[in-house]
Formats: sequence, C-alpha cells, structure tokens
Amino acid sequence: MEPADELLNEQAALELSEDPMRLNMGPSHPAMHGTIRMVMDLDGETLVNLDVQPGYLHRGFEKSCERGTWAQVFPYADRLNYVSPMLNNVGWALAVEKLLEIEVPERCQYYRVILGELSRIADHFTCNGASAMELGAFTPFLWLLKVRDWVWDILERETGARMTHSFGRIGGMAEPPTATFKDDVLRLIPELHKVVKETEIMLLRNRIFLDRMQGVGILSKEQALSYGVTGPVARSTGIPYDVRKDHPYLVYDRFDFDVPVGEDGDNWDRFMVRLEEIRQSVRIIEQAIEQMPDDGPINVDDPRIVYPEKNAVYTTIEATIAHFKLVMEGLQTPKGEVYSFTEGGNGELGFHIVSDGSGTPYRVRVRPPCWYNLAASREMLLGGMIADIIPTFGSVNMIGGECDR
Amino acid sequence: MSQAVLDRLSTQFGERVLETSDAFGDHEARVAVEDWVEVARFIKDAAELQMDHFIDLTAIDYPERKSARFDLTLTMRSSVNGGRIRLRTYVKDGEEPGTLSGLWAGANWAEREVWDMFGIRFKDHPDMRRILLYEEFVGHPLRKDYPIDKAQPLVPYREVSEIEKLAPFGIEEGQPFARIDWESRLAGRDQQVSPAIGVQQGQRRALSDSEAAEQIQARIEARMAAEAEAEKAPDAASEEDSEA
Repeated sequence: MEPADELLNEQAALELSEDPMRLNMGPSHPAMHGTIRMVMDLDGETLVNLDVQPGYLHRGFEKSCERGTWAQVFPYADRLNYVSPMLNNVGWALAVEKLLEIEVPERCQYYRVILGELSRIADHFTCNGASAMELGAFTPFLWLLKVRDWVWDILERETGARMTHSFGRIGGMAEPPTATFKDDVLRLIPELHKVVKETEIMLLRNRIFLDRMQGVGILSKEQALSYGVTGPVARSTGIPYDVRKDHPYLVYDRFDFDVPVGEDGDNWDRFMVRLEEIRQSVRIIEQAIEQMPDDGPINVDDPRIVYPEKNAVYTTIEATIAHFKLVMEGLQTPKGEVYSFTEGGNGELGFHIVSDGSGTPYRVRVRPPCWYNLAASREMLLGGMIADIIPTFGSVNMIGGECDR
Repeated sequence: MSQAVLDRLSTQFGERVLETSDAFGDHEARVAVEDWVEVARFIKDAAELQMDHFIDLTAIDYPERKSARFDLTLTMRSSVNGGRIRLRTYVKDGEEPGTLSGLWAGANWAEREVWDMFGIRFKDHPDMRRILLYEEFVGHPLRKDYPIDKAQPLVPYREVSEIEKLAPFGIEEGQPFARIDWESRLAGRDQQVSPAIGVQQGQRRALSDSEAAEQIQARIEARMAAEAEAEKAPDAASEEDSEA
C-alpha cells in the first residue's frame, strides 16, 4: 500500500463516526413527489432506521365534508387522487347511493365503468412512466404521458375538464355521453396497446432498469395483509384481491378480465402488475363499449335526488324550486352508516359515511389506499440502499392528495 | 360482509357481543371497550374467520351522547374466505382502548391518525405521535366542537399597513360557510344553520366569527328585540316595524 493511502486511512479512522448518520429527505424533494418527509438513519448507504412522516398535504378533507351538502363533496373527492379523479367521483357517488339504496340506470353504470377504467389507465401510465423516468429512462415517460393526454382528451370532451372533473352526481352523472364517445374510445384503444408494447420494448430488457427494479423493495404477502395494503401493491405480492372481482360493483361482474398478480412483491412486480392492468382495463373497456346501450336515461328518475335540467330551472317554477331545495338544503339521506368501497387507482378506496338524516354528512371517512401502502413502504425500504428509495417509493405510487387528505 | 362471522362471534362471546347489525349490508358487531383487543384477536386468528387483512380503523364523534362520546370502528377482511366484518366499540372521552398494532401493523398508523384527529389515545401503542398534524397543534380537529374555521398558523400572518390584502391572508378570508353550528348546538341553541337561510328567515344565527356575521346577528337581535317589545306594547308596533 502506498504511504499516502495509509495516512488517509488513519485519518479517516479518526474522523469517521461509527454511529449511523441521520439524514432528512423531503418534504420538498424531487423524489418525494412533493410532500413526504423521511428521516432515516444510515449506515454507509444502508438504511438502518426510517421514519416516514406524511401530512404535509393535509387540508382537512374529512372536516370539510361535514360542513356542506352531500353533493358538495364531489369537488373534494376529485382532489383525493388527482391522477384518476373519476374513480373517486364514482366511489363517492356509489357510497351515497348505497345509503339511499338506489341504483343508477344501466347505461350510466357502463358509462361510469368506461370513464373509470380510462382514469385507471391514466393513473397507471403516470406511475409507470414516472418510475421509468426516475431511473433515467425519460423516453417511455414522455410516450406514456403523450397517450395519457389522449385519454384525458376524451375525459375532457365528456366532462369539460382535463383533470378534476367533478362529473359524478348522486344518482347518475352530470351529462349523458357525447355522441362520439364510443368512437373516440375505440379509436384510442390501438394507441394504448401500442404505447404499452413500446414501453415494454424499451424497458423490459434494459439492464439498468432491471437491476434497479428486480429484487428491490420487497414486501411479503403477510406484511402486505397486516399493513392493509391493497391494489397493485398488494397484488404484486401475490394477493389476488381486486374489489372489482371480489365484491363486484356497477357492472363489473359482466366482464371477462383477469387479475394480474406478482410473486416477489418487488418493484419489478409492481411495475409489471400495473402494465398488465392497463391491458385488462382495455379489455373491460372493449366489452363495456359493446354492451353499453346507446340510449336510455343516465340519471335515476327521482327529483328528490337528481338536479332538474338546467333549461327547466330557468324557465319553470317547479324546477327552480326543486333546484333551490337540492342546492340549499341538500338531498335528504336516511339515517345510517355505510362503508362503500371501490377499486381506486391504488387499491381499495373506501368511503365510510355516517348520516344523521339531514342534508349534511355527519362524518365522512375516506379509507385512502395510499395511506396504508405508504405505511408498508417502511418495510420495503428498511435494509436497502438509500438510492433504492427512489424506485421503491415511486412504485408505491403515493398520491399526496389522497394520503394526507 | 358476512353473516356467518357474526354468528360465530355470538357463539364464542355470547353476551359480550352487545349488538349486531346488518344495516345496508354491512355486517357489524359492537363490543365493550374492555373486550376490544380480545375480540379483534379472535376475529383475526380463529380458524374459520381468519380476518388477516386489515382494512381500516377510524372514529366518529358524538358529543351529544351521554354514555360515551366516541365510536371506534374497525373494518377487516379475510384473504382466505373473503368475509368482511366491522367491529365497533364506544369510547369515553379520555378512555384508552388497547392498541391493535400488535395484531395488524396497519393499525399503527390508523391509531395514530385517530389520536391526531379525535384525541383517543391507545394503551401500549408503540409510537403515539401525531401523524397528519404537527406536534404544536392544539386540539383534535375532527371533534365536533373544534370550529372548522379556526386557524393555528405556526408563522403569524403578515401585517402590511399600506396594502389592504397581501397573501397569506388572515383567517377572516372568504365567505362564512358551514351548515351546522356545533358551538350553539352543543349549548342547546339553534341546530341547522345555513348563512343564506339564516339571513332570509332572520331567526337563525349564521355561523361565523367574521364581522359580517356579527353585524347580521346584531341586526337580527335588534329586530327580535323590537318584535318582543312590539308584542308587549301593541300600540307602538307600527313604528318599530317600519324601522326594522
């Protein structure tokens, strides 16, 4: 050994502490998706202890819901998982409809399924694209986001808004499907297949991508169950739990689709489960387009629940009164408590609502899938390298709006 | 959700299952807070139930209920047989139910959130810190008596004298908006309050601490005082009315 090296080593031995180094990551950090703080103890580059601290995007969703009418929750629900707002919208509508014990017309159910699956595709595109980008593969990210915007174009044509649609209504939807809805979706489907294929060609045999994804951020099946993990993260560990299959809502029991599961519960499996779910969502959309009736009512026929038509509101006194009462007093729900759950972009999105029989929710609890997925991320990250936080945290797909509420 | 789980619970615990319900298709059992952990452990471990998938734990505040203030609910699912059940208990203010974080790891964060939002502490919880809010926060915001428009800024609002408005704004920004005034409801006064309706009908107090609401309130009170006087002295009624 060179004398200079010996000198360096001696000095290093004197100066370097053997205690783990405490490092703070976030809440404002590019890889923390904006709002999570992680305090970690590091031994070299290995995480020996980790404290995940959410809450930086807490804005009182549940408290805010308690001060308005049932219908006024829709804009808040949009902002839970803002990447797939339609799923939250429909989830909230279904919860209140469960309390009211009504079922929307068949055409509306198909409409909700198709819009929801489009949102899910957009959600998975974003997550997988970001995962690739964070590992240096910028091209798939741009490709996926390009097609995601085509998905959002359809949603914009239908709802009028690109992201936060506020399009769901209790007992139906705000508007019936546009005349070109089915054609638009059918024209998009080949593009979806194409971009998924392209992403696979780009990434699945990429050495860097494989090394960063395979065998990293492992979550076991037992841990996933114990932490309450749901959605793609749970399915990647081998739990075949999908609300659409296990507790079918809307018309999901009429479609033929598979629930992809992983084996190892690592980043790779999470990535692949999401990729396959995009294909399955496309399958559902294809079948739903075929089965969906071309005409028929979109809202339930009950003036106590559904807003009257705008034209009528401006021209007739009856509709004006109905509109006024629905807006000012809110629709009246029976007294009771329900837990309604749907498959959101990240797992079981539950709404636990309590009604005291008035026009205002007494208590609204959102069961955010991200919350429990994030809690489990500690298990995935502990013992790994600090650099692995980025792909692992990315593949958990924590959405601040939903996690912190 | 499944009825079989409720039947099994009833045979196992008998009288200790205080109440069962299947309203709206959600099967639910209520137990005493002392049995909370034991029943939860049974539901998780019993061979025919195996509710190993933690779903959610949350609380509901009923400040007007005399027996116990909070509902604590736990939702579970079985990954083996797909059954679902909701367990409920009543918790008094200040009472500490046992922690479930030893049974399901997910209960750790859920209980921390319940502590943060409702102020229910859990006995033997390994890490009873606030989770969504910061440690300096005073109170528990999802309690009904915590006013929705209360603000606790860690950094005080700016005061610039020459400019009328400069972000971040003060707490008095925006339209007062809440339909139930919990403060007066708990004091036994008005119940349903909507600012617009309140102003129109002139007898319900609008919920806000803003100046505007106070002015409206003062006007309403003045008018009600005038009306009361008018009732006492019918001769002066016409004069008072024209003023109001």
